Amino acid sequence: MADQVGFFTDTSVCIGCKACEVACKEWNGLAGDPPEFRDSFDNTGQLDAENWRHVKFIDLVPDAPTVVGNGQAWLLMSDICKHCEHASCMEVCPTNAIIKTEFDTVFIQPDVCNGCRNCISACPYAAIGFSKDTGVVHKCTFCYDRLQNDLTPACAKACPTQSIQFGKLDDLRTRADARVAALQAQGYSQAQLYGRDDKIYGGLHAFFLLMAKPEVYNLPNEQNAGLPRRNNRGGYLGALFAAAIGVIAGAVALRRGAQDSPNDRGAGEAEKK
Amino acid sequence: MAQHFVHPPNWTWYIVSYFFLAGLAGGSYVLATILRLWGSQRDEAVIRLGYLIPLPLCVLCAIFLTIDLGRPLAFWHMLINTTPGNGGLNFKYWSPMSVGVWALSIFGLFSLLAFFEGLGRLRPMPSAVTIVGSFFGLFLAGYTGVLLSVSNQPLWSDTYALGGLFLASGLSGSAALLAWLGHYVNGDPSTEARLGAADGYFAILELLFILAFFVTVAMAGTIGRTLSGIWVVLWILVLASLIPAIRGAFARTTISGGGTAALAQTAIVMPIIVLIGVFLMRIVVVFSAQF
Ligand code: SF4
Ligand code: SF4
Repeated sequence: MADQVGFFTDTSVCIGCKACEVACKEWNGLAGDPPEFRDSFDNTGQLDAENWRHVKFIDLVPDAPTVVGNGQAWLLMSDICKHCEHASCMEVCPTNAIIKTEFDTVFIQPDVCNGCRNCISACPYAAIGFSKDTGVVHKCTFCYDRLQNDLTPACAKACPTQSIQFGKLDDLRTRADARVAALQAQGYSQAQLYGRDDKIYGGLHAFFLLMAKPEVYNLPNEQNAGLPRRNNRGGYLGALFAAAIGVIAGAVALRRGAQDSPNDRGAGEAEKK
Repeated sequence: MAQHFVHPPNWTWYIVSYFFLAGLAGGSYVLATILRLWGSQRDEAVIRLGYLIPLPLCVLCAIFLTIDLGRPLAFWHMLINTTPGNGGLNFKYWSPMSVGVWALSIFGLFSLLAFFEGLGRLRPMPSAVTIVGSFFGLFLAGYTGVLLSVSNQPLWSDTYALGGLFLASGLSGSAALLAWLGHYVNGDPSTEARLGAADGYFAILELLFILAFFVTVAMAGTIGRTLSGIWVVLWILVLASLIPAIRGAFARTTISGGGTAALAQTAIVMPIIVLIGVFLMRIVVVFSAQF
């Protein structure tokens, strides 16, 4: 197995230029969705089959006038599939189309996928999209083809501020620790790493430095980062309970009643005679 | 408050129809088996009916599931792993969709046997066969709810109640279906009356699971999603559809000659109300989480 690779996305230096989005589309031949004007600089809107990087613009501009420099106006974050160590999408996929590559990234094999969309229901980050054109689902491949040829993924290569850093996972973690410590020392008390350790889905291979709580970026916090399989036990127990009560109730209601003659046997027994 | 930032899978009418038919297929088989084991010889017409119904419904289920796929011709990838170098069967016990595909396939085989028995081409199946078949029938009726819960979708993943809810309503719908179609195969009035009583018990069970669903999603803070706009109207209709069946459960003790005849009168309308309720419940659960 090759070295584990990762993305460390430092949102504190993102300037919202969307070079990553463009580079991703260029390299991966993604047409993008028809542009939509929204109440924001964000006209991409979401991660989906055509957008594998999405720069989120989180508008924190205060409604009331304020003095210069009192707070952040925007939070920016180049979002992507997190290449979760414990991946919800992979867990539920019935065709085993979703695999871990030799780089420990999460990859959807388009020729194995049959478009059931179970992974979409599972991915907590809304990173997967269904394409009507191909009939299958798509998401960031971590530029698998570039990795196999020792090239840096297109988004990281294009990012002009080094908000997106690519490298060996261990190196990136060390770099991220230093960066968050520096920011906190400068007074950014909310600066925090998301997915750097195993508390979120066993560790994210695309992890982030955030400037606010995860929820502000539409990322589930630690308590809410649950794998789909957590509901198997409760769901099946509920069904088992219903089955037991249902069969008992059915037997009570459907048993041959007083109106049947005493010699009227169970139908099966009678048939066999 | 549960946090959800997911995309919906866009499971719509094909999937709702599949859930509906799977409940009826599994439920009909189970009720026919219960009648075979504990009923009387007079139930034979309805038993045959209950064994005839699952196969065509399973075929429809397979069709709906397949055409819902983005690549219907690759439906068999659910069963066989086509990853290069990884041949073999796909079976993931922790993924209800994977388990369900196998359960549907196996239950389809039991339905085939049952169908031939229903046609009179086979001697009555041994109890062991029908009991194992019923296990798969119950699984098919209930796992669909678990499949929804094993996700990260709002509502679905916030509750444990959906498996039981779908199973209870599948049994209720099946009792209604057998009571209704029993008319056309000269079903005995006493069978029909007892199916009405069974339906009432199933409806009570369904009601309990609906309450459990509401409580669990309220605790997760997502109940507003399923009680807004059109969805609240659908829930009211679903709850209303349970009333005649539940009343039927308590009417049973008074059945005798004329009472049976009176029940027979309402037995055309009541099953249709029940079946509509079963379908609407699946619509509101499936759609309100996604849209
Ligand atoms: S972010 Fe979503 S798509 Fe990416 S690996 Fe995690 S669960 Fe799968
Ligand atoms: S859509 Fe494809 S990748 Fe997603 S769960 Fe289904 S088969 Fe797997």
